[in-house]
Amino acid sequence: MRHIISILLENESGALSRVAGLFSARAYNIESLTVAPTEDPSMSRMTLVTSGSAEIIEQITKQLNKLIDVVKLNDLNVSCVQHIEREMMLIKLKAPASAREEIMRLTDIFRANIIDVNGDTYTVELTGTTEKLNAFINVFDCDSILETVRSGVMGIARGSSSLHV
Amino acid sequence: MELSGGEIIAQFLHDEGVEYLFGYPGGAVLQIYDALLRADKTKHILVRHEQAATHAADGYARSTGKTGVALVTSGPGMTNAVTGIATAYLDSIPLVVLTGQVPTGVIGSDAFQEVDSVGISRPCVKHNFLVKDINDLAETLTKAFYLASSGRPGPVVVDIPKDVTDPNIKIPYTYQQSIEMRSYNPVTKGHPFQIKKALELMLQAKKPVFYTGGGVVLGNASETLRTLVKTLNFPITSTLMGLGAYPSSDEQFLGMLGMHGTYEANMAMHDTDVLIAVGARFDDRVTGHLEHFCPTAKIIHIDIDPSSISKTVQVDIPIVGDVDDVLTSMLELLKDSDNKVTNDSDAMKAWWKQIKQWRKKNCLRYNKKTKTIKPQYVIEKLNEITDDDAYITSDVGQHQMFAAQYYKFEKPRHWINSGGLGTMGFGLPAAMGVQLAHLDKTVACVTGEGSIQMNIQELATCMQYQLPIKIINLNNRYLGMVRQWQEFFYEGRYAMSYMDSIPDFVKLAESYRHVGMKVEQTSDVEDALREAFAMKDKLVFIDFISNREENVYPMIAEGKGHHEMELAPDSELL
Ligand SMILES: Cc1cc2nc3c(=O)[nH]c(=O)nc-3n(C[C@H](O)[C@H](O)[C@H](O)COP(=O)(O)OP(=O)(O)OC[C@H]3O[C@@H](n4cnc5c(N)ncnc54)[C@H](O)[C@@H]3O)c2cc1C
Ligand SMILES: Cc1ncc(C[n+]2csc(CCOP(=O)(O)OP(=O)(O)O)c2C)c(N)n1
Ligand SMILES: [Mg+2]
Repeated sequence: MRHIISILLENESGALSRVAGLFSARAYNIESLTVAPTEDPSMSRMTLVTSGSAEIIEQITKQLNKLIDVVKLNDLNVSCVQHIEREMMLIKLKAPASAREEIMRLTDIFRANIIDVNGDTYTVELTGTTEKLNAFINVFDCDSILETVRSGVMGIARGSSSLHV
Repeated sequence: MELSGGEIIAQFLHDEGVEYLFGYPGGAVLQIYDALLRADKTKHILVRHEQAATHAADGYARSTGKTGVALVTSGPGMTNAVTGIATAYLDSIPLVVLTGQVPTGVIGSDAFQEVDSVGISRPCVKHNFLVKDINDLAETLTKAFYLASSGRPGPVVVDIPKDVTDPNIKIPYTYQQSIEMRSYNPVTKGHPFQIKKALELMLQAKKPVFYTGGGVVLGNASETLRTLVKTLNFPITSTLMGLGAYPSSDEQFLGMLGMHGTYEANMAMHDTDVLIAVGARFDDRVTGHLEHFCPTAKIIHIDIDPSSISKTVQVDIPIVGDVDDVLTSMLELLKDSDNKVTNDSDAMKAWWKQIKQWRKKNCLRYNKKTKTIKPQYVIEKLNEITDDDAYITSDVGQHQMFAAQYYKFEKPRHWINSGGLGTMGFGLPAAMGVQLAHLDKTVACVTGEGSIQMNIQELATCMQYQLPIKIINLNNRYLGMVRQWQEFFYEGRYAMSYMDSIPDFVKLAESYRHVGMKVEQTSDVEDALREAFAMKDKLVFIDFISNREENVYPMIAEGKGHHEMELAPDSELL
């Protein structure tokens, strides 16, 4: 099963490689990983998406917790937690005059924004779940997509529960 | 006090009470060495290879419980130390390894003797640091010692660029003994509810067995364990790493379990209904095939590291906590009248009767009447003529298993070997660390002609510091453990396991001004050992020319269960 793990990490050089190294050394897979400093600059917040059996996920969270740089973590896919997840995508599309109308219409439908326009390309910004982003990609044929950049999933628990020190 | 980086290190080691620093100099650590000349409490031991520095620090740590400390230069010094760091990591031994690094300004430029020490060591350390600023140095050292020795112990590497130890840059220094880290809070107290549940299960057990490991040694819990096991009258078996934590001579002790464990220990594991795992990590050498592992048991597991629990074997009652703390809580609960120990119940009587049956197999029997020396016999004699205070280190191979099986360890921290990584070359340098920690005690290194040659250069270190180690070389002219597997599983094709061109160990020892002895007959073994051990202030290298194709029995082949162990064939017994 797919799990989203939120991690508060010391903002130290090398902390990220400890997490990445753990996954490669123990042959766990990482589907996506995002990381950036929090409001407290001494800490980073990482969201990591992985998958595996219940036993593997248990080992992954234990091994992550064991890393000295990990301050705290939270598995967002345990039954007692409801969560929200978002991913952001920037997608650069071929935009010949004939296609512009359709791109703008789809952008509207998906509540996306066109953030850069030039002679023959449009760049669209879109936020949502992984499925929504995939759906947006799928409405275009491969030839018209010049480039996609995705942030990887970010997750947060619903309600008042929060991951902080 | 205003100190340079090098002086801070020297002063810190002094303040931390570090007795020995095992090391080898080089460009990146010259300034540290220069400052060390001023440290009077900490004695530097010059080894002959950086691997030996880490093993010696490791032997010191295993035999004392204190953190071992090593110092090596950047690049090749650091890479040479990696095997020792990994050895300590797999057996959870507290080490602090200081590595020199090229100056911060040239890091990443493939500078002379630059390697990414933090990157190379990352997968085999508890934690590591790169100190980029002299202002972080003292605090980093405090953290390093704290991390190495607390919780589940392990090695910590501190990588120190040369400019951080510039003698011209001085800053104020104060010694900080302890430190809080928000990201590191090892659990010590076990959960009272879990402990109670576990004890209830134990008291209902009909065929209980304790399976104890290195965690009992690391957690200094031998006394408490002994009291609990005695109170309950349960049988107890130990892993290779736990030997000595419970006295071998006690009748409740079944010997070692696992691949080369005793028949009674492994059969008890197979039949038990309540397994109490204490500071042991269900290693594959111990469990055998997981499908056949303790098929009828409920499992209780006490371990300080949550990730050790349910890693390979799912357990029923996990208790995260320090072993001494948890066992003490159990003993306290046993004082309550509602926790009655019924160790004379019919079930327990039947269980002990069954165990006695298994014991009758006498699974460690071997033929003592041969003229060629049996390795088992040498260990038995070694056991006879040394007392319980002797420290035994070993290398890796058949001789290691014979030592584990035939030497009767009575005290914790007296059996020093590399179990997790299985590092040939560990025995001699580890013995140096042990001997330095216990100058007036007997230290013997059980080794093979293969292993001893992996760090043979340390005979020079032993000469320099006059370390009177007794080297028991079980010389079978084979990489015996490899040969055994080739005999059993590769139809006797001995690919590269034959040791050609073995040196004359007697002359070799003598060339380092040690004593060398060669023993070729069973009848000479005891006298030779007595003679050697009587030379209290000499290193004696005893080369026992032993039976070439001796095998280690009992044995559970890979992929088999505990009940499928093979005993020595009758033809070998007589
Ligand atoms: C050639 C060869 C053959 C071998 N054959 C065998 C064999 O037949 N039988 C055998 O047993 N081994 C054998 N081994 C050794 C084996 O590979 C493992 O090293 C060993 O079994 C592990 O022992 P352990 O489970 O006690 O764990 P250790 O590695 O000693 O781990 C200790 C455990 O205790 C925990 N711990 C540490 N401190 C505390 C504390 N304060 N409180 C609570 N818990 C704590 C740790 O978290 C860890 O889980 C062999 C090795 C070699 C090289
Ligand atoms: C550094 C290292 N290399 C290889 C091995 C694999 N290995 C395990 S036991 C062994 C043979 C050891 O030979 P020896 O020291 O003569 O001991 P014996 O088994 O003959 O008693 C080897 C090669 C190892 N454990 N460590
Ligand atoms: Mg040999």
